[in-house]
Amino acid sequence: MKKVFPTADAALDGVLFDGMTIAAGGFGLCGIPELLIAAIRDAGTKDLTIASNNAGVDGFGLGILLATRQVKKMISSYVGENAEFMRQYLSGELELEFNPQGTLAERLRAGGAGIPGFYTRTGVGTVIADGKEHKDFDGKTYILERGIVADLSIVKAWRADPSGNLEFRKTARNFNPPAATAGKVCVAEVEEIVPLGALDPDKIHLPGIYVHRLIQGAHEKRIENRTTRKKEA
Amino acid sequence: MWDRNQMAERAGRELHDGWYVNLGIGIPTLVANYIPAGVSVTLQSENGMLGMGPFPFEGEEDADLINAGKQTITELPQTAYFDSAQSFAMIRGGKIAMAILGAMEVAENGDLANWMIPGKLVKGMGGAMDLVAGVGRVVVVMDHTSKHGESKVLKACTLPLTGAGVVNRIITNLGVLDVVAGGLKIVECADGVTEAELRAATEATIVD
Repeated sequence: MKKVFPTADAALDGVLFDGMTIAAGGFGLCGIPELLIAAIRDAGTKDLTIASNNAGVDGFGLGILLATRQVKKMISSYVGENAEFMRQYLSGELELEFNPQGTLAERLRAGGAGIPGFYTRTGVGTVIADGKEHKDFDGKTYILERGIVADLSIVKAWRADPSGNLEFRKTARNFNPPAATAGKVCVAEVEEIVPLGALDPDKIHLPGIYVHRLIQGAHEKRIENRTTRKKEA
Repeated sequence: MWDRNQMAERAGRELHDGWYVNLGIGIPTLVANYIPAGVSVTLQSENGMLGMGPFPFEGEEDADLINAGKQTITELPQTAYFDSAQSFAMIRGGKIAMAILGAMEVAENGDLANWMIPGKLVKGMGGAMDLVAGVGRVVVVMDHTSKHGESKVLKACTLPLTGAGVVNRIITNLGVLDVVAGGLKIVECADGVTEAELRAATEATIVD
């Protein structure tokens, strides 16, 4: 079965539907599936629930799906960089489920690993624990969190081979592997598809079993917060 | 009274050789400038990196290399990258020796509030709840009082909690306090601050 598709539109053909849940990789604007997000905007799919650590910024990343009102609900840990997000949330147009960052990562990992729930100390004694099962282990209290299984995963990697093996680069890996595993279907976009055998099998970060469709394309890779130091003269 | 850099320097003295440490945003980030001589620590960035280096030189920024504050950074010879699930596995699993974090409020029972003010814009907790629940030791660096002079070191937090009973040590512009049975214990006063002044600025119970 051929995994490589010519365009983002083609790679998403037949997998999008209104009301679906999508797991998206990326941290801030780093390692986000920008080509697939743009294609979902063009497809006009509505009432999306999106599990993603952040919600992009105005006009880039998941922010462009907020601008077109295609998102019904976000499951995120931090959404502070997006004025349109705040406007929709405060006016009640957008639902928001805050998850602690590690809980969100583990919910995606667990969902992809066939684990329906797990106990964690994170959030005990806070509003995050409200309504959740509490259980004591070895004298400490934990809360039950559920694994996430999404209808679709959209992720960004650095390189892939045609079998879907993925290699990430630096901190652009972030949520992409756990998000990829959480989807019933995973579409990955990469900067470069290399021939079979060109990736070192010992350095595959995500095996191709998790990746169903693949596209290659040019990425803007916008920097959110450019910080530098001066070279000493 | 200590300024921001003096607070960061004092917090730097909490670091032990060989520790893996997570520094929060704000004054805690400055602690990286005050790692004592002879102490080697590895900084974790929870977006997926151990061995965080300084900001890049102008023109050498890499969009694929950022810290948890989304700032461009650099790698070091010992750097390792990993995904977010692995990152929080090492946090939740107690492998990170210490987190140094900012706070809006802290209470005498170790409760910490640093993520939301009801009625104001809510940005989210990010990784703070996971960090305080998982790391070996939590040190908070904060101003002792609000702009209006009200104590932020309280008998009980008024804001929604980031974690319950999680703080070990509090470093403020006025001094250092430990969370102990029954309340807070004064460890030291900041330069030029008397113990009476520190007590007067603290709403929390101070035990001897």
